[in-house]
Amino acid sequence: MAELKKEEKIIELVGVTKVFDETTAAENIDLYVRKGEFITLLGPSGCGKTTTLRMIAGFDIPTSGKILLNGRDITDLPPNKRPVNTVFQRYALFPHYNIYDNVAFGLMLKKVPVTYVNKQGETYTKMRKLTRKEIDEKVKSALAVVDLEGFEKRSVSTLSGGQQQRVAIARAIVNEPEILLLDEPLGALDLKMRKEMQIELKEMHKKLGITFIYVTHDQEEALTMSDTIVVMKDGCIQQIGTPTDIYNEPANAFVADFIGDSNILSGTMVGEKLVRFCNHNFPCVDDFEKNEKVDVVVRPEDIRMVPADRGMLQGKVVSVVFKGVHYEITAMVGRSEMVIQSTQSAQTGAVIGMDIGPDDIHIMKKEFTVNKYDGYITKKNTVAFGDGEFACDVTTLYPGSHLDEEGYLITADGQQLDLTDTDVTVEVDLKDIEISDDAEEGGARGHIVSLIYKGDHYQYIVRTEENEEDFVLDTEDLWNENDYVSVKIRPECIRMKLKQEAK
Amino acid sequence: MTLRFSRKQLCIPYALFLALFVVIPMLLILFYAFTVSTPDGIRFSFSNLANFFTSESKLSTLLMSFTIAIISTAVCLVIAYPVAYILARSKLKKKQVLLMIFILPMWINFVLRITALRELLNAVGLLESHNYLCTIIGMVYDFLPFMILPLYTSLEKLDNSYLEAAADLGGNKFAVFTKVTFPLSMPGVISGITMVFMPSMTNYVISDTLSNFNITILGKQIDQYFTTYYDWHMGSMISIVLLVIIFLSMLLTGGFKDDKNEARGANLW
Repeated sequence: MAELKKEEKIIELVGVTKVFDETTAAENIDLYVRKGEFITLLGPSGCGKTTTLRMIAGFDIPTSGKILLNGRDITDLPPNKRPVNTVFQRYALFPHYNIYDNVAFGLMLKKVPVTYVNKQGETYTKMRKLTRKEIDEKVKSALAVVDLEGFEKRSVSTLSGGQQQRVAIARAIVNEPEILLLDEPLGALDLKMRKEMQIELKEMHKKLGITFIYVTHDQEEALTMSDTIVVMKDGCIQQIGTPTDIYNEPANAFVADFIGDSNILSGTMVGEKLVRFCNHNFPCVDDFEKNEKVDVVVRPEDIRMVPADRGMLQGKVVSVVFKGVHYEITAMVGRSEMVIQSTQSAQTGAVIGMDIGPDDIHIMKKEFTVNKYDGYITKKNTVAFGDGEFACDVTTLYPGSHLDEEGYLITADGQQLDLTDTDVTVEVDLKDIEISDDAEEGGARGHIVSLIYKGDHYQYIVRTEENEEDFVLDTEDLWNENDYVSVKIRPECIRMKLKQEAK
Repeated sequence: MTLRFSRKQLCIPYALFLALFVVIPMLLILFYAFTVSTPDGIRFSFSNLANFFTSESKLSTLLMSFTIAIISTAVCLVIAYPVAYILARSKLKKKQVLLMIFILPMWINFVLRITALRELLNAVGLLESHNYLCTIIGMVYDFLPFMILPLYTSLEKLDNSYLEAAADLGGNKFAVFTKVTFPLSMPGVISGITMVFMPSMTNYVISDTLSNFNITILGKQIDQYFTTYYDWHMGSMISIVLLVIIFLSMLLTGGFKDDKNEARGANLW
């Protein structure tokens, strides 16, 4: 995106990191928001979106980095000094006040400058509180915006969830903030109510002209409402873009998987703008280096069903589900699964043809092609890395070497070496890592923190507890997120390199 | 054979208990309060009531009890609120232990505690000359945990998002406290006040021990009428007056208010 002029950025986060105890909730966030924009922070729970919002509100102070509001550093400013108001997830309406007092809360505390001229002709500026009448008018018009006229005297507990939500919004916008922060404000509402409120919020945004920063884990909500979406994962920003950009040009497999439905497949670039997957070469619009392994994303609605003999791909239909507007058809192409959305139905068991246009093939760099670690050789001629210890073949470090009876390494020219504590770099291919639910079986242990389905296999990330080391692996087996597993690697699959010559 | 009881049948023991130990004694106290013993037997009379409100000694005892109870309660509240606030709102990991230290004295025999306090006050030279001060110190010392605990409970369950919302809407720390934290902790404050005020009016072991019998509070006077003067009628009347005072003070502080959200007295413990 083009660099914006300073005055257009209402808020800017520069390298913001937040660490709680020992977990990093947000890592090196660089983000700016344009004046008047509707921006959504989107991601699964624990991705750092709420933490980012809370830092903008001032409830949490960043561990490092800066937050600029209209170019002014507000990193350490308390919440009450920021021209920002929040709509809380559980509304947080004050139960001891009625609706009027809730909405008027901010106005009662507010002071406005008044200037007047004294006899000598000098102008003075004084701060005064708002008058009863001013507060009355503002509260009235805020309640009108959220369609709750006449609710002034009601108590909070008599209101439905949707009405409380509206009061929470009125209470925030009545202060005329520069930015309105919304923390999953529709999370507690039922589906129908949520859809209505989505439209109303969008209209409110247009009418008020305030910048909205919205947090949600609901990708549909984000796509419907936002001008800009920020996709987050594990405290890091994955992609920033318009809903169309994010949907059509996902930056990586995670974004593609998280936003909408998608077929994610492994492919290889075989020529200029030519990619091979499912044993077929497809023309595409993205250019990558030849022979590079890539992730290919195809949206289910972008696959056209054609007669079997005419399609680029042939597949056997394994399931057909009617979804109202369209059918969702799952077909097996070789060993890969393809999901197709079509207004036409198909017969289970039938062979269908499929066409995919060049524009509909989204190619992205494979995020993980190999696991890399820093490790060291232990006493027992095993290698320790990734919070674990694995059997390995140390003789690969020195061509032509062998081990003697005491476990010392004898190099090709007869030199005896003690490799204990030698630092090495370790590389393991994704397909060479196996996981087991027997914690004792493998060399390292951890929880599965992520899984992405890639057509004919799953890609898992196993994270260890101690130092949060990640093992990325591809396997056809199905595991669940949060499963506690151990990681097995065969000795010949561990590629090691010396960091420096051993003594 | 299986025994089956209806809900009504299960209530019988409790009903009996209530009748025997609550209703009948109350009626007896009422009976004694509004009767006098004459040589011809017992007869109905308002003279006890008239006597109470015309006797200077009884009224001054009432005033004394009131003053001591109000001061003790106020001091307890002033000391307990910050303690409860710090314990409840701090991120200390060991706060349960700290709370326990404040509550622990409650588990030690109360007479022992008061006797120990008496020795302490004697040692610092307060006991002989400062009857009021010593009595109030005793009351505060003894009833402080009863103030801390309900305050702690109501502050602990206070949702942090209310405080964040108040700050977000422009409230500085003082405004957040006065407009949100304190009002929302009111159930705890009320229940704390009730827990301290009532016993402070009547707990004469404290006043006797720490004022060398120089201060007479209402509880002491009731005791005297029953055990020294053998005038059960006057003793009962003072009890009734005390009961009415407590009832009125509860009404005044809203202790009976039954709000749907805020259960009365913050459920005490």
